[in-house]
Amino acid sequence: QVFKRYVEIGRVAYISFGPHAGKLVAIVDVIDQNRALVDGPCSGVRRQAMPFKCMQLTDFVLKFPHSARQKHVRVAWEKENINEKWTATRWAKKIEAREKKAKMSDFDRYKVMKAKKMRNRIIKHEVKKLQKQTSKK
Amino acid sequence: MAGEQKAGVKKAKKPKKHHASRNPVLARGIGKYSRSAMYARKAMYKRKYEAPETKIEKKKREKAPATLTKPVGGDKNGGNRVVKVRKMPRYYPTEDVPRKLLSHGKKPFCQHKRKLRASITPGTVLIILTGRHRGKRVVFLKQLASGLLLVTGPLVINRVPLRRTHQKFVIATSTNVDISGVKLPKHLTDAYFKKKRLRKPKHQE
Repeated sequence: QVFKRYVEIGRVAYISFGPHAGKLVAIVDVIDQNRALVDGPCSGVRRQAMPFKCMQLTDFVLKFPHSARQKHVRVAWEKENINEKWTATRWAKKIEAREKKAKMSDFDRYKVMKAKKMRNRIIKHEVKKLQKQTSKK
Repeated sequence: MAGEQKAGVKKAKKPKKHHASRNPVLARGIGKYSRSAMYARKAMYKRKYEAPETKIEKKKREKAPATLTKPVGGDKNGGNRVVKVRKMPRYYPTEDVPRKLLSHGKKPFCQHKRKLRASITPGTVLIILTGRHRGKRVVFLKQLASGLLLVTGPLVINRVPLRRTHQKFVIATSTNVDISGVKLPKHLTDAYFKKKRLRKPKHQE
C-alpha cells in the first residue's frame, strides 16, 4: 500500500507546470513510458500528448474506454461533475488560498495582521485560563 | 435623393461622383503625366476658386496709418510736421541671429514642471520611508506648488500632522480613501510649511 493513485484510463490529473498549469485533464491513453494522451474538454485543454512529469494524479477516475472521443470524455466528466468536486477538495482550496495570499495588497495584509492578533489573543486567554486551573489543582 | 430634389429647389446639382486619378501610375510614386500635362487634363484652367474675403481678413487689410502729423512746438512754433510711425532701424547687427544667453532655457525652480506619479491620486494611502515618521501609512491630500506632497496621518490615528513629503521617498499603495468631501483650506501652501528663522537682531558690542 505504497501507492494509492495509479495512472489509468480515465484518471483525472492536475497539471502542475507548463502552458496549461493549474488545469485538470483526464488521461485518455498511454503513449509510452513518459507520455500520455490527455484531454480536458471542460477545462480548456486540447487533446494532446503530455508528459507524466507535469501531471499530478487526483483521486478522481472517470469511466470511458481508452482512446475515446473528446465527446465521450466530456460526457463522463460532466456526469461525475468533476469541476464541482475538485473545487470542494482541500487541494483546490489550498491552491486558491495561496493565490489569494500572493495577490494581497498592503491594506489586506493589515487586515490579516489585525485578525491574527485578535485570534491569538483569544487563544492565549483560554490557554491561560486552563493553565490557571491546572496550577490551582 | 429624389426626395431631396423635390424638397430643396435651391440645390440644382446632385453631389457629383469624383473621378479616379487621371494620372496612370508607371511605378510607385511616378505618374505618366507631368504637372503641366495634369493641369490641362484636370481642366484646372476652368476651376480657379477664391474664397470670399471674410470680415476678419478685411479688417486685417485696413492697415494702421504709416505716418502721423504732429504740431511743431518749441522754437519754430506753429505749423505741422509729418512723422513716420515706424522708423527705419538705426543699427544693423553683423550677426543674423542673436546669440542665445548661456542661461537660455534654464528656468528657476519656481517655474519648473511638476510631475506626479500616476499611482498617487488624492486619497491614496502612502507609506512614508524616511524621516521621523518612517514606516507609517498616511493619506495623500494634494501636490503643492513646489512639487512636494501634502500629507496627513490623520493626526488622531498615527500622530502624523499635516506635513509635506517628497514623492521619491514614498511608496504609493493601491488603497484609496474617498476624499472628495474634504475641503482643503486655501492657506495651506509651501509658504505656510516653510521653516522660519527666528531673528533676534540684538547686536551688542
